[in-house]
Amino acid sequence: MHGDEFFFQAIVYLSAALISVPVAKRLGLGSVLGYLVAGILIGPFCIGLVGAEGQDVMHFAEFGVTMMLFLIGLELQPMLLWRLRAPIIGMGGLQVSITAIFIAAAAAVIGLPLKSGLAIGLILALSSTAIVLQSIAEKGLIKTDAGQSSFSVLLFQDIAVIPIIAILPLLAIGSTAGMDQQDYKLWIQNLPAWLHALVVLGIMGAITAVGLFLVRPFFRIIAGTRLRELFTASALLLVIGTAYLMTKVGMSPALGTFMAGVVLANSEYRHELQSDIEPFKGLLLGLFFIAVGAGIDFRLIISSPGTILALVCSLMIIKALVLFILGKFFRMSADQNILFALALAQGSEFGFVLFSFALQHNVLSPDIVNPMVAAVAVSMAFTPLLLLINEKFVQPRFGTKELDSKAADYIDHQSDVIVVGFDSFGSLLGRLLRANGLDITVLELDSDKVELLRKLGLKVYYGDASRYDLLRSAGAENAKILVLAMHDHKKQLQIVNAVKKYFPNLKIFAQTSGRTQAYELYDAGVDHIYRETLDTSLRAGTDVLRALGFRSYQAHRAARTFRLHDEQSVEKLRHISHDHTKYLSAARQHIEDLEELLISELNENRKLRDDGWDASLTSRDMNKAKDK
Amino acid sequence: MNKKTALIIFAHPAFQRSRVNRALLDAANGVDSVLVHDLYEQYPDFDIDVKKEQQLLDQCDIIILQHPMYWFSAPSLLKEWQDLSLLHGWAYGKGATALKDKLLLSVISTGADESFYNKDHENNFSIKELISPYAQLAKVCGMIYLPPFVVHSTHSLNTDGINAHAEDYRNILIALTENRLDIEAAKSMCRLNFDISRIIKTGQVKQ
Repeated sequence: MHGDEFFFQAIVYLSAALISVPVAKRLGLGSVLGYLVAGILIGPFCIGLVGAEGQDVMHFAEFGVTMMLFLIGLELQPMLLWRLRAPIIGMGGLQVSITAIFIAAAAAVIGLPLKSGLAIGLILALSSTAIVLQSIAEKGLIKTDAGQSSFSVLLFQDIAVIPIIAILPLLAIGSTAGMDQQDYKLWIQNLPAWLHALVVLGIMGAITAVGLFLVRPFFRIIAGTRLRELFTASALLLVIGTAYLMTKVGMSPALGTFMAGVVLANSEYRHELQSDIEPFKGLLLGLFFIAVGAGIDFRLIISSPGTILALVCSLMIIKALVLFILGKFFRMSADQNILFALALAQGSEFGFVLFSFALQHNVLSPDIVNPMVAAVAVSMAFTPLLLLINEKFVQPRFGTKELDSKAADYIDHQSDVIVVGFDSFGSLLGRLLRANGLDITVLELDSDKVELLRKLGLKVYYGDASRYDLLRSAGAENAKILVLAMHDHKKQLQIVNAVKKYFPNLKIFAQTSGRTQAYELYDAGVDHIYRETLDTSLRAGTDVLRALGFRSYQAHRAARTFRLHDEQSVEKLRHISHDHTKYLSAARQHIEDLEELLISELNENRKLRDDGWDASLTSRDMNKAKDK
Repeated sequence: MNKKTALIIFAHPAFQRSRVNRALLDAANGVDSVLVHDLYEQYPDFDIDVKKEQQLLDQCDIIILQHPMYWFSAPSLLKEWQDLSLLHGWAYGKGATALKDKLLLSVISTGADESFYNKDHENNFSIKELISPYAQLAKVCGMIYLPPFVVHSTHSLNTDGINAHAEDYRNILIALTENRLDIEAAKSMCRLNFDISRIIKTGQVKQ
């Protein structure tokens, strides 16, 4: 591709997305539909800004799906995945096999041979991971029953692609001519089957081992350089490398990166990886949806609209029906079941690949494949629309009773408290919270410390909390409290500014060293401020008083009174500090503070407020009253 | 001789300014088998160690609650101590015998003089009535309840007067630990220190 041409294409794709996605969102249609419409508009059948290379773009953009599965893997800890095994294998397995049989039967009805019907059935049983997960996540439904089930089924389908690719050539009608026209050369295509299986297992074991033992020390070194782009580069390398390896042994790259994600789900770099990969995934998926839109063959649709429409309708009805029955079988409530059935009723992006694969292997003829591909594309475009209709007109009949609460614990496991920095302050506070059954998320910038704390069994993540994206993936949107436990004052102010802008829901608790810093933090909008030496020095002072013979309770109250007064003076001086010109040095501020403290001590602090226990005056009065 | 042990639960938030209670405690500290437990010194933040309190109570035969009278009752920490330490199933309730048959005695100082707590006066209640919650507590826990040891007019007492009270306190404590206090006689008194010669038996007493 020429440089000029590349830039022009980029401009076309980006502007199409930038125009239609906000419009679609504004109209409540969701971003997926926006991208699809953008694709249709710039496609060869509308404005015609992009042509045949749309297919190349789609192959490239499919990588977005791979990245999405990596991100999903990161959210899914191995234990949670294990808990999902029943829906994945049970629901997913039944969905693929029953749907394939039904579609094959329908194909037989219209007179296709059994082998062709079975091939079509297997290909069409798959649903679009990209469209479903993106749409569901955008509506915030990923935690619901339907969301979890959809995810399970999609995951099974991703795995099922591999055996389907293996089975398809066996369903060929004529001779298997196109064997060596395969897209990518496999390293292992000349090996016997048992060795092939061994190599595949070996590669998967290697991915797991590398994820468990090599990636973390490697990331620690990279993090030590404090160069942001290096971390992004290694994250990309990890994902692309895994995908490449999987492709080379004939496995689904999405499955490989999903595995890599799961392996790293427990690592301290989880949030950092998420926020690095997220933008790439978003852009590539967008590109992918545009490509799907651009690839819809409107000439074919216009020439035989009835056929295409019948194909789309029967495809979606059969799939939805099978899904609905499955949902009933797995005891989903009616509203969740309808969402589940409609969400997964389309064809898959794998469909495009598999249909052209089937074409190459003489499994299906072009006059079958072309309308099928068109039908898949149209069904994908229909999905966001269907979900919209479901949301606006069907779901309201059920009320919103169980959209939120159920099954919240599979994916998206987040805590109410985010602690930034895990020095002595953060660790003491964190331990107190954990001892009381609270789950906290800790962000720490020192990778060595992260490693050490992890060894002690704490849930600590590496990352710079002043970055919006990292805060977001640490769960700042749903958390309640952010504790700034680190020492770097400038960084604290940066974080406070970011939080005030993007996550005003968070209450901020901050530790700081001195009064001047406390004023700045208050002004920046921190809710609660703790000067780090205040409590310790007062406690030491209390003990000194006791050692000199003060009653313990008296010393205790003296310290409390002092502390109250000190905090009040910070509050007072904070407002005065605004009147100061910027020329006023910090030194003068300190002197003023000290003066204020000393004066107020002379006036008030000396007198402990325990007159209530001095009954001499009262009793004198009482005795007088008696005398009367 | 088989001596009994006494535990003084002492509650005074401003002990540094007290003359009477200091003299009483000094007297008590000189008696064998008496342990003084200073609540405000021990728990300045009101954070009662329940296990430890129960152990102390377990080990004694006589429980003495010593405190100044504030608003016709005890200082707040003593109430907190009761609430947290005297638990159901341990101090009272089914099968609870931890405090059974122990003696309970209140030692109280008041700023006002004795007639102030006289029913003939405009006050409605005597000291004994005001501290009736402790009588009830003793009953619920199966304890033997003694009339209170009261020092009135703390602000007008001179040193001699204070010393006389301290001496009485010391003698009562010795008699209690040596089992020479006539419990039945004591029960009929309005306050334990009304005339201690009438309730303290002399000489050895069989166990």
